[in-house]
Amino acid sequence: MDQSNKVELEDVVIRFSGDSGDGMQLTGTLFSDASAFSGNGISTFPDYPAEIRAPQGTVAGVSGFQVHFGSSKMNTPGDYCDVLVAMNPAALKANACWLKKSATIIIDADTYDEKSVAHAGFSTSDPFTELGIQDYNIIPAPITSMTKEALAEVDLDLKSKLKCKNMFTLGICFCLFSRPLEHTEKYIDAKFMKKNPEVAKANKLALKAGFNYAANTHAFANTYEIAPADLPKGRYRSINGNQAVAWGFIAASEKSGRPLFCGSYPITPASVILEELAKRKDLGVKTMQAEDEIAGICTAIGASYAGNFAVTTTSGPGLSLKSEAMGLAVITELPLVIVNVQRGGPSTGLPTKTEQADLLQSLWGRNGECPLIVIAASTPSDCFDYAFIAGKLTMEHMTPVLLLSDGYLANGSEPWKIPSMKDYPAINPPIVTKTEDGGPFMPYKRNENLARGWAFPGTPGMQHRIGGLEKDALKGSVSHNPQNHQKMVDTRAAKVAKVQEFIPEQTVIGDDKGDLLVVGWGGTKGHLLTAVNTMRAEGKNVSLCHFNYINPLPKNVGDIFKNFKKIVVCELNSGQFADYLRMHFQEFEFLQFNKVQGQPFTVVELKDKFNSLLG
Amino acid sequence: MADNIKNYTAQDFKSDQEVKWCPGCGDYAILNAVAKAMPEVAKTAGIPHERFVVVSGIGCSSRFPYYVNTYGFHGIHGRAAAIATGMKVANPELSIWVTSGDGDSMAIGGNHFIHAVRRNIDLNLLIFNNQIYGLTKGQYSPTSEFGKVTKTSPFGTVEYPFRPGELVIGARGKFFARSLDIEVALTQQLCEAGAAHKGMSVIEVLQNCVIFNDKTFAKFTATKELRQEKTIILRHGERMIFGKDNNKGLRLNGFELEVVTIGENGITEDDILVHDAHNPNPSIHRMLVDMEGPDFPVALGIIRDVQDITYDDKVCSQVADIQCNCQIHSVDELLNSGNTWEVK
Repeated sequence: MDQSNKVELEDVVIRFSGDSGDGMQLTGTLFSDASAFSGNGISTFPDYPAEIRAPQGTVAGVSGFQVHFGSSKMNTPGDYCDVLVAMNPAALKANACWLKKSATIIIDADTYDEKSVAHAGFSTSDPFTELGIQDYNIIPAPITSMTKEALAEVDLDLKSKLKCKNMFTLGICFCLFSRPLEHTEKYIDAKFMKKNPEVAKANKLALKAGFNYAANTHAFANTYEIAPADLPKGRYRSINGNQAVAWGFIAASEKSGRPLFCGSYPITPASVILEELAKRKDLGVKTMQAEDEIAGICTAIGASYAGNFAVTTTSGPGLSLKSEAMGLAVITELPLVIVNVQRGGPSTGLPTKTEQADLLQSLWGRNGECPLIVIAASTPSDCFDYAFIAGKLTMEHMTPVLLLSDGYLANGSEPWKIPSMKDYPAINPPIVTKTEDGGPFMPYKRNENLARGWAFPGTPGMQHRIGGLEKDALKGSVSHNPQNHQKMVDTRAAKVAKVQEFIPEQTVIGDDKGDLLVVGWGGTKGHLLTAVNTMRAEGKNVSLCHFNYINPLPKNVGDIFKNFKKIVVCELNSGQFADYLRMHFQEFEFLQFNKVQGQPFTVVELKDKFNSLLG
Repeated sequence: MADNIKNYTAQDFKSDQEVKWCPGCGDYAILNAVAKAMPEVAKTAGIPHERFVVVSGIGCSSRFPYYVNTYGFHGIHGRAAAIATGMKVANPELSIWVTSGDGDSMAIGGNHFIHAVRRNIDLNLLIFNNQIYGLTKGQYSPTSEFGKVTKTSPFGTVEYPFRPGELVIGARGKFFARSLDIEVALTQQLCEAGAAHKGMSVIEVLQNCVIFNDKTFAKFTATKELRQEKTIILRHGERMIFGKDNNKGLRLNGFELEVVTIGENGITEDDILVHDAHNPNPSIHRMLVDMEGPDFPVALGIIRDVQDITYDDKVCSQVADIQCNCQIHSVDELLNSGNTWEVK
């Protein structure tokens, strides 16, 4: 059997790539799950085209899935890969730029014929030399023909058999990294056994055949062991950002006792939140796939008036469409969470790529003086916590919250130590069922936090009217009085500002003072943290201040900034958070590091930048 | 009838707010009709006062929530149907009334309108159709007649109008009725029938805008006699007879409707169509909503009233069915479901 040498590694980045129909997203997910089961730290990142099935064998149609796994907690999916699986020449061409020097490249040798090589846009018949990677560790496995052969006895047509190529490939990778097959076999059974046992059988056979092929042919000089990570004890699951947002909302609904309503319109990369919530009728979640983005938020506003915890989910272009209704939620002072899973913009932009360029739109993209609470999640799993917090803040403070996520967080996954709901705080919305003096309900009467009361239709004696016209500061009847308008504008702003008293102070990772403070917000945390931690291990004087609370900002931010010689604000846009900080803190100089390529930062480029700033 | 349902009067449903429509506006009559209908609906369906909600968008019609003493939500332009849909799904026990105009429902809110109709969600939606934009001071609307001269069409419009009833039927609607603002009793009756109907009820009220489109319906409404001659009030199970002498009727000639006179050319009452509002096939309903002068009377009353499943019922029954038989009852159970592993 396996005669190759076992080498122990700290961490490995593997990238699966092929046609969008090759099943690479699933292959990557199953590899990642099996590694998580083996106790490794994991971070994943899918990189896929906007087209569902772009022309086969072309660079435009290449879909990729990167897994970073290792013997500690992984904070990023890794910049460059140690192993590339390229199911055809186009996949090789599209991903060659992500290879580490001397990386291992597993190819389906059957697909590297002259025609396919030309179809992928190579000008010679030797793609490896053309890319300058001929000296890399290239493993040409005849994946297509071996899969066919392995499934000779299976009662399926050829097309169905060839669909199992990805399982053969996964088997090869499992051998290379000494992963057990058991978890994947269980998945295959659960997925296919009922529908078509022959398909289940074929997939399992292909998986085993791939594993055995690699072991028997000594395809690799070495195989690798990655020791389990030293993670805190407990029960874990894998979770991606979209699923975490959905579940965080359900948690806020359970804690508040308010039924959850989601009105949304499908949009990449946010749709999965709606899909996850639609599954949860067992927990009483009501979802509406509305006729458009506007109806999505308007149904949510209606549900909120009727007493539900209402949310609407979208991405950039959809946020633009929801702007007017967000203003309605602000002026009616109803609880509502709007999720914006940011993608590349403007307009349709880059639907499947990540970006942070909707920050200023989220803060100010509405008519009139129209402040919202804005918070941003920063890892796939903390999307759960920030969705929960968004629910708590919106219901307790009676003002909408905009929760920012992004394509990277939404699709990326990581192991998550499953929390217990008993450790989460209570949520107490200011629900009114009768007035103190027995008189009529005054919709704009406020508590000490400036939150108005929430009285639902159906409650006897609390009949009242609210709406988009400016209202009397107490009664809720229409008022065009100049002083009243001033008061209402000021009060709505003060109510949002007051939320500062209910959010945690900003923390710093590293020393409280020093040469360089790296500032970031939202989904870039993993990359910034990795860069800063590595540099600190190298003895560099650098700290990280990563924001989740954008509006209002935590109250101690100025005290943090004043202790650093240089501050660099890093974000995946042209400098929006830097501008926002300049507005609030004119006494500091904010340097910038920006990238707008639809891709996350790489740790390498971050370190280069920080080192150059340290001089 | 539940014990807590009082015998309400129209006064219980009118608010203390000063009504600010123009003097002589048709909206006053509609307000009266609705305020009279609500106590009847409360009594018949056993709905207490606090479960009535009026939702609106933007426009003259949309000031309605301020003038009724129920829960009220004044939304944004065109979106009332969407807002009301969310409310109804959140709490199906509410009796939700949407007031809107031809601009609100047929133009900016057209998409929400057709989808609310298609879903057959249990709302009562009133369209105050005055064929003009009133609150923005006199521009043409999607229901203005072809060639209409207005501020934004100084040489006449060059586009055909929507007929709300045709749109309802095109969107697979189940209830459509039509009234005139001056026919307060008929409007009240239609509101009660719309509220009793389970599913989306659309009630179009042809409403006179005294300032920007005065007398636009006068050619068939100006006098009682004209109304008798130029309109027909349809009643389920009754023959489609109209006219001041009750001798005109509608019959089917091939695939077309035609107006005939009873007693002429051998026509007897037996030749006249009997109105079947409950017929799921909308073919004749569509011909009825399309009728207009000079050759045909304008159809009033309940033109279509067909029972079918409703969206709000299905949303709730789906949740209830799944909850009967589910494994996950709490967030803790959800978080621990599926693939998990232990780190020791």
